Amino acid sequence: MNNIISYAHIKNNSVSVNGTQVFCSEKNTTLPEFLSEAYKSLGISYPKFHKMDLQCKLGFLCTEFAIKNTNFISENELDKTAIVICNSASSLQTDKLHQHSIDDKTNYFPSPAVFVYTLPNIIIGELAIKHKITGENAFFVSEKFDVNLIVNYTELILNDYATSAICGWVEVDEDAYEAFIFLVETKNNTNKNTIFKPLNELVVTQIYNQS
Amino acid sequence: MIFASYNNIISGLGFSTDENYKAILNSELAVKKTILPFSTESFCVAKINEADLKTHFSSFENTERYTKLEQLSILSIQDVMKQSGINPADEKTLLIYSTTKGNIDLLEKNNASHVDKNRMYLWSFANVLKQHFNFKHTPIVLSNACISGLLAIIIAKRYIDSGAFNNVIVCGGDILSEFTLSGFKSFNALSNEPSKPFDANRVGINLGEAVSTILITNNKALAKPYETQIISGFSANDANHISGPSRTGDGLFQCLNQLGITNKNKIGFISAHGTATPFNDEMESIAIERANLSSVPVNSLKGYYGHTLGAAGVLETILSLESLKNQTLIKSEGFESLGVSGKISVIDSFEKKSFDSFIKTASGFGGCNAAALFSKL
Repeated sequence: MNNIISYAHIKNNSVSVNGTQVFCSEKNTTLPEFLSEAYKSLGISYPKFHKMDLQCKLGFLCTEFAIKNTNFISENELDKTAIVICNSASSLQTDKLHQHSIDDKTNYFPSPAVFVYTLPNIIIGELAIKHKITGENAFFVSEKFDVNLIVNYTELILNDYATSAICGWVEVDEDAYEAFIFLVETKNNTNKNTIFKPLNELVVTQIYNQS
Repeated sequence: MIFASYNNIISGLGFSTDENYKAILNSELAVKKTILPFSTESFCVAKINEADLKTHFSSFENTERYTKLEQLSILSIQDVMKQSGINPADEKTLLIYSTTKGNIDLLEKNNASHVDKNRMYLWSFANVLKQHFNFKHTPIVLSNACISGLLAIIIAKRYIDSGAFNNVIVCGGDILSEFTLSGFKSFNALSNEPSKPFDANRVGINLGEAVSTILITNNKALAKPYETQIISGFSANDANHISGPSRTGDGLFQCLNQLGITNKNKIGFISAHGTATPFNDEMESIAIERANLSSVPVNSLKGYYGHTLGAAGVLETILSLESLKNQTLIKSEGFESLGVSGKISVIDSFEKKSFDSFIKTASGFGGCNAAALFSKL
């Protein structure tokens, strides 16, 4: 039995965990400001956060909020924890930054610190490094949040070696952004801070729409 | 049972798998010193001949409706459709596309293409292929750095194992662009000469462009080309660094360990990632030794093709299948003397050998690794 034990949703300058708002910034706060405020509210110190591009910061924060107050990291075999993330724009926001740095031959400044973020799966690496998670990886690109894709593929890997998974959607594209992360386990988690919902398309659609 | 079957390679060495396999048996290299339109300095890269592409694509109307990567992908997928007779409109047939950057050239300031700029979105690019071939299902697009191609094959196996599909067409492709060249150059990762995987004098990678397609199927009647199964395949993360591999090869070791190898004497070779950067090749040698596979010969095909990014895992799997079918180990081009500390034996000449199976590996930015085991029936 595969269960969702926690989820977090970040959109419209607001963070919710398991359907309850836990943090928000004022409406006209810019994305970089909002991410910085949300990071402070988490109360962690993680210097690597400040080097990330906006999309990785967003995905990192959403995952931290989903994990916070759970025993997901301590109770799972992290070599069997998969990370499956999707979005629509791949790394387009940072792609544009890199392209801008090479557009003009007289003002040419490509940077490895930017270029490395022109791969969408870097967020998976960031999450893996933070928590020493070494299981399966996959980054899919679909037009919209595709419940079928993410639930079906997560089920496939949970049938094939993996015993837990961090899954979801992480996207920054121009002014639009959204992250939705949920944690899945195959065992029965008895921690009181976890919710307990079966992994299926209906449930994921519900928690996505209601948070 | 799940089989690796009909396929196609389009690269600087030709527009079919046959042309490509014959070319490398003749030690032809796709990588060459080339002056590219956007720079006065020369780069050692593998480019697909534009005139050849034009000729091959000339039977299609309105060629300007398609980007270069779309044209190459259409040609490659069409070849596999023709050979296999697969019907894209079938309920149980899926397309998985593996790419790192897709139509990245559409982002260039001076790009003169008339196609909708929206096609720089990878899903939108894949939709062009869906519509062209009339696939029943929306293609799955995987963008997982340099393991994308091999991981797409592993994912195809999983979907077929689950019963959801019978046939998965896996296509991997990336074009040569100023975008990726300037990025790898900023990392000081490029070699100005043909790259030398695992060699003591290796200095970095060559970038290449290619599109490759392979049919993964559970239909035994379609297994004819190789009668070879995908036994197992996994990915794993180093959890170490986003742009450098684990010094101890942790992720790759984990993948290799999970493959369930029962008799390593039957494994003819390991087709490694072998980009020819100092750190990557060193890491792979350590992972291979840790997995107790030092006795299995190793090659890298990057010396012929450079690094073809999203295509690499598919292209290298196909050539490894040819190697298995022909019972011939492929020489690891560019290799002279061992320059890694892990105990490995690099294949330094073409050689006939009797063997049943091979391992394909890949590693990439974001700390990702993948490995798969293929075996004859």
